[in-house]
Amino acid sequence: MIVDPSADDRLDRAFTALADPVRRRIIARLSRGPATVNELADPFEITKQAVSKHIAVLEQAGLVTRTRDAQRRPVHLNAAQLEALTAWIDKYRLIHEQRFRTLDSLLDTITGADSATDPIEREDP
Amino acid sequence: MTKSVTITAPEGVPFIEFEREFDAPVAAVFRAHRDPDLVKQWLGPRGYEMDIERYDFTTGGGYRYVHRNDKGEEYAFNGVFHVVRDNEFSIQTFEFEGFPDVVSIESIRFEDLGNGRTKLHGHSVYPTVEARDGMVASNMEAGMAEGYERLDKVLTDI
Repeated sequence: MIVDPSADDRLDRAFTALADPVRRRIIARLSRGPATVNELADPFEITKQAVSKHIAVLEQAGLVTRTRDAQRRPVHLNAAQLEALTAWIDKYRLIHEQRFRTLDSLLDTITGADSATDPIEREDP
Repeated sequence: MTKSVTITAPEGVPFIEFEREFDAPVAAVFRAHRDPDLVKQWLGPRGYEMDIERYDFTTGGGYRYVHRNDKGEEYAFNGVFHVVRDNEFSIQTFEFEGFPDVVSIESIRFEDLGNGRTKLHGHSVYPTVEARDGMVASNMEAGMAEGYERLDKVLTDI
């Protein structure tokens, strides 16, 4: 499991970054290939400066990187970081599974005691 | 035989689903959801005591409980049971008091598979995708803390 606390920080920043619809659309656009700030700003009715700010947030979250390509400075998607995000589903699954395994053993206890009149009182230590 | 939980959290829609089979008759699985004395034995994360203030798993009933660990950290939850049909179906609201007013609606279908086996189908709907992801993430905190505690234990044992 993850024991690196900075990994959790990154996860938090990534969740915050993706909580914004404009930033999610930027990510969606970048999944089709790198783009410049101008290209990214095009579909939005907001200023280029605002788009730059969104990109900075995504950059801090490690979701995108910018390369120095003369004046263009295209923005790239960091696919590895996005993949790391999907792992929260795995953790969610793990927690549910732990809970349900506890329920499994509880059910063993109560069904094993079903012939008794009041099986509910039976508790495992 | 393991029958692990299946979780589905589709992109762009604010719900999350699970499915899980149990080697127990539907009446027993239902009872484990209905009786507070049983609920407190499995619903909380390990390492947390589940203090049930009220729990009335009937149509129109309600609940409030607190998960508490020995460091004094508390996670309180409350909601109402909109519909409860014995051994079949339930719908409840669910609110983590740390995120007030973000209420999800959770249904559970109890499917009798025959031969003393049962399948649970859970479906939770959140106000927004962001609320879903936020709730799932915060839900995980307790579980992850629990994972760390167990890791600590393993580490001190070696």
